[in-house]
Amino acid sequence: MKFVKSLIAAAATLAVAGSALADITIGVSLSLTGPASGLGIPVGNQIKLWPATIAGEKLKIIVLDDATDPTNGVKNAKRFVTDDKVDVILGSVATPVAIPMSAIAAEAETVQLALSPIPLPPGKDGWTFRMAQSNPVMAHAMVGSMKKQGVKTVGFLGYTDAYGESWLKDFTAEAEKNGIKVIATERFARSDTSVTAQALKLVAANPDAMLVVASGSGAAMPHMAVVERGFKGKIYQTHAAASRDLMRVGGKEVEGAFVVSGPAVIAEQLPDSHPSKKVALQYVQQYEKAYGPGSRNQFAAHGFDSLVVLEKAVPLALKAGKPGTKEFRTALRNALETMGRTEVSQGVLNWTKEDHWGYTLETGVMVKVVNGDWKVEQ
Amino acid sequence: MDFSIVSILMLDGITNGAVYALLGLATVLVFSVTRVIFIPQGEFVAYGALTLAIFRTGQVPGTVWLLLIMAGLAAAMDVHQSWVHAGNFTRAAKAGLRTLALPLVAAGLSIWAAPHNPPLLVQAVLTVAIVTAFGPLVYRVAYQSLADASSLVLLIVSVGVHFAMTGLGLLFFGAEGFRNPSFWDARFSVGPLSISGQASIIFGVSLALIVLLWQFFSRTLYGKALQATAVNRLGARLMGISTHGAGQTTFAMAALIGALSGLLIGPTTTVFYDSGFLIGLKGFVAAVMGGLHSYPLAAVGALFVGLVEAFGSFWASAFKEVIVFTLVLPILLWRSVAGGHSEEH
Repeated sequence: MKFVKSLIAAAATLAVAGSALADITIGVSLSLTGPASGLGIPVGNQIKLWPATIAGEKLKIIVLDDATDPTNGVKNAKRFVTDDKVDVILGSVATPVAIPMSAIAAEAETVQLALSPIPLPPGKDGWTFRMAQSNPVMAHAMVGSMKKQGVKTVGFLGYTDAYGESWLKDFTAEAEKNGIKVIATERFARSDTSVTAQALKLVAANPDAMLVVASGSGAAMPHMAVVERGFKGKIYQTHAAASRDLMRVGGKEVEGAFVVSGPAVIAEQLPDSHPSKKVALQYVQQYEKAYGPGSRNQFAAHGFDSLVVLEKAVPLALKAGKPGTKEFRTALRNALETMGRTEVSQGVLNWTKEDHWGYTLETGVMVKVVNGDWKVEQ
Repeated sequence: MDFSIVSILMLDGITNGAVYALLGLATVLVFSVTRVIFIPQGEFVAYGALTLAIFRTGQVPGTVWLLLIMAGLAAAMDVHQSWVHAGNFTRAAKAGLRTLALPLVAAGLSIWAAPHNPPLLVQAVLTVAIVTAFGPLVYRVAYQSLADASSLVLLIVSVGVHFAMTGLGLLFFGAEGFRNPSFWDARFSVGPLSISGQASIIFGVSLALIVLLWQFFSRTLYGKALQATAVNRLGARLMGISTHGAGQTTFAMAALIGALSGLLIGPTTTVFYDSGFLIGLKGFVAAVMGGLHSYPLAAVGALFVGLVEAFGSFWASAFKEVIVFTLVLPILLWRSVAGGHSEEH
């Protein structure tokens, strides 16, 4: 009997606690360990700098590690929606982890802000908004630069994973529209000890330019291999390579590389007319004040931008209901879809009901490696 | 495909194959003496390359602290075991000190030398000392008390050790990769080939190590004792050979080979905290070709793996790993049909 009584008491306490929960709860699932930890750790650092309130409502942030494992990501997402009753799910930074999380978000009708460019079939991204630029948006900027440089043929050297594959698809489509041909396609993996064979074949095909699709410090090795095999044309890198690790590992040999990048990492060099300049500077100053000069990177910028869009959307959603309720979550989604152009540190977002990618074509910026530093190509 | 492409691919394949050969030999060595299929062999490669990379930045690598922790743990286990067996305090303390001595010296030297930015060669020697010291400690902590368990149990322990070492690697070295400077910047032209100084060092060191191992096992008493342990543990013990000592020596040699391999490939590619696994696995494929007991066959197998990888990358780079690892299947099939071998336990 006593046991039953205490059980009832416990249940009552829980119910009270549940109803008193009016804070905005954000469930964050990040790859703090595993292969994508290089992306997840900076975002985690950025979130530590978030304010205590948004629009006067207290902010409760729960950060869990998904270890770059889709199973863990799904587990975290389930915990967020069933136990923590979160208002927003943030994450993950790794594409393979973020994809299955979107199904949980949709089922629970909770907004997911994905920090990676996750491809989802039409109709499946009703509750998912991407904070990372889509490849077509970045490919647009890159192809624009290639056209200006008179590039007609391109050799492709990319990761054998989803990132490499989706770049190949999106880049080829954008390039063909502009009369640029991909004449050779080779793959490699981050942990390969050598890409000599692939480089040989690509250089033998003699394209005007080479496109390397890899991330972070992994982007340096293929670049160097192509140079070592005597390739004299231009070498392009994608936005996942737009970090200082490229120069740290590649040194002199990545000099002259063209890299497409979001505006955040080159905030100071942006022309004053660029819509992102102000927000990007804010991000860089805040982050580098906390973590030291040169610590900026594009992933933490996505974390910063998540806060920017929430600060704009939450006041709109609060009109419809209290945090923790279904009304609030639905209103939040509607607010994100209808709030219009939002300038964030990584470009300009314009989400609509049909388009949950959102970045406009002004987003991508071409930079060149000059004397071991980034220089914006006008 | 003309002659110059073929020769460049051959060179690339043999360069990588030489490193795989070292790892294959280490795998065969560990398996034949201790029956452990040592999956974390590749981790020593990554630890070697990355420890040197951290030394280059003038900092004390995290592996030094791990070494101290592991040494403390192993020493505590030794003291405990000796106390339980003999009940003699001085003997227990001596056993603990013996385990602690070498790691303490290696760690102390590293902590002292790291901020002084010594020349590359000194840093390389320190790196080898640190990583080699891990070998016996890993054996002491993870395997020694299970030495008589079945191969399967030892394999599962290996998987655990692999995950622990990869996770710790991430903690110490971070998620981004490093590339070390070349030990020798020279270049030689032979016909269409341009051989880098580093590649010639790889050939030289691999060949020297293979010859050394061969001499060690066929000429020295200790080498023969190790071989005896491999053939029959009980018999070796009856002859007064310490099987635990043999296990620790073997692991030290495996770690040494791993560390050297790490130094060898560090300047030719970007090494990440988890790069070691795939490199080690290719060494393992080579070892399987040698039936996990033949050194020359493993070395030949490693060169074969390297060549297949190079040519596979050229013809179908998207399927490179598939091609390399599918190689194991027909070989296993052939060995099990033709071999008619028997496990001796």
